[in-house]
Amino acid sequence: MSYLLILISAVLINNFVLMQFLGICPFLGVSRRIETALGMGMAVIFVMVLAGGMTYGIQQLLMPGYEYLQTLAFILTIAALVQVVEMVMQKLSPILYQALGIYLPLITTNCAVLGVTLLNIKREYNFVEAVVFSGAAAVGFTLALLLFAGIRERMERTGLPQYVQGPAIGLISAGLLSMAFMAFSAFRTEQMLQDLAALVGLG
Amino acid sequence: MSTPTFRSELTRGFWRENPIFVIVLGTCPTLAVSTSLQNAVGMGLAVTFVTACSNALVAMLRGIIPNKIRIPCFIVVAATFVTITDLFMHAFTFPLWQALGIFIPLIVVNCIILGRAEAYAYKNTVWHATADGIGMGLGFTLALCAIASIREVLGNGTLWNVPLFGDGFQPILIFILAPGAFFVFGSLMAISNWLKARQGGAA
Repeated sequence: MSYLLILISAVLINNFVLMQFLGICPFLGVSRRIETALGMGMAVIFVMVLAGGMTYGIQQLLMPGYEYLQTLAFILTIAALVQVVEMVMQKLSPILYQALGIYLPLITTNCAVLGVTLLNIKREYNFVEAVVFSGAAAVGFTLALLLFAGIRERMERTGLPQYVQGPAIGLISAGLLSMAFMAFSAFRTEQMLQDLAALVGLG
Repeated sequence: MSTPTFRSELTRGFWRENPIFVIVLGTCPTLAVSTSLQNAVGMGLAVTFVTACSNALVAMLRGIIPNKIRIPCFIVVAATFVTITDLFMHAFTFPLWQALGIFIPLIVVNCIILGRAEAYAYKNTVWHATADGIGMGLGFTLALCAIASIREVLGNGTLWNVPLFGDGFQPILIFILAPGAFFVFGSLMAISNWLKARQGGAA
């Protein structure tokens, strides 16, 4: 049950992009077309789950007295991880590399990745919870990105005033999407979650 | 083109090349911490300190840092100053440190810092790079304060925690919540585009 709670909370209620404002740069940057959004989303899910697990281990190493190195150690871990993933993917799965390769370098500076690793520690999750939360956060990111890309594809065909074109209208439509996601806060209580789980056949 | 002076490099970031409204960098903290003017000023000053110091150090080391590994080097430089800021704020401004939460360590992946290191500090003198860093940081602060003032006044009826209206005032809660951040940011960006276009037409 608690894993389901983490999952639903991270994907819908506290969506990383729309509610917690993490990963806004790629959200605005690579949301022009649904295919690129999907590619970026997959790359983020992949890296975020790995990073969530790895930094959990790093934190255990830093534990006795070196906590102040957390930021430095985590960002270097993520940067190195992205490099390694890129090289391994190129060698083992050229098809996957072609699909996700161009998004990988961008992930290092995606604040959602560093954000999720810091939140794992802050919320004192155990290893499994940390990995579940990382994956769920990444799925939430991908969901928001896909929805937003769909909206933007439609929007390009409408005549917009010159001054709101580009990021300005992007932000305003993200606001509407964020408002829609606020409705999910109805699932905040344990009872509602149990009802939902029963509904989809998990409970 | 006139030769750059300390002053011209400093003021460029305020309006003409404002990192938030014009270059659209560092959007995540802009949306997240602009719930009140106090948070905005605190975050703005923290970012200014980090951009100024990291620009200065990157410019100082530009002859030493090899071209191929420059990005990891920039990240280490930024992470060092972010850690200093984080510990300093934890010690001396605890309530602010709590309010800003993970967005302080996330300054590391703020695109403004890496962007300025890559685009400016790596190619210019220490003096000019410092000016650029301070200017960009203050430009970020100004934009952040503009967004935060609107959100605090409309969403909470206060400015710098001082109530502005009588008891009968009903705050528009949505401006403090997530969607409000997107709306205010998007609208201000459209206004800034409009002002720029008008200035350009007049000149």
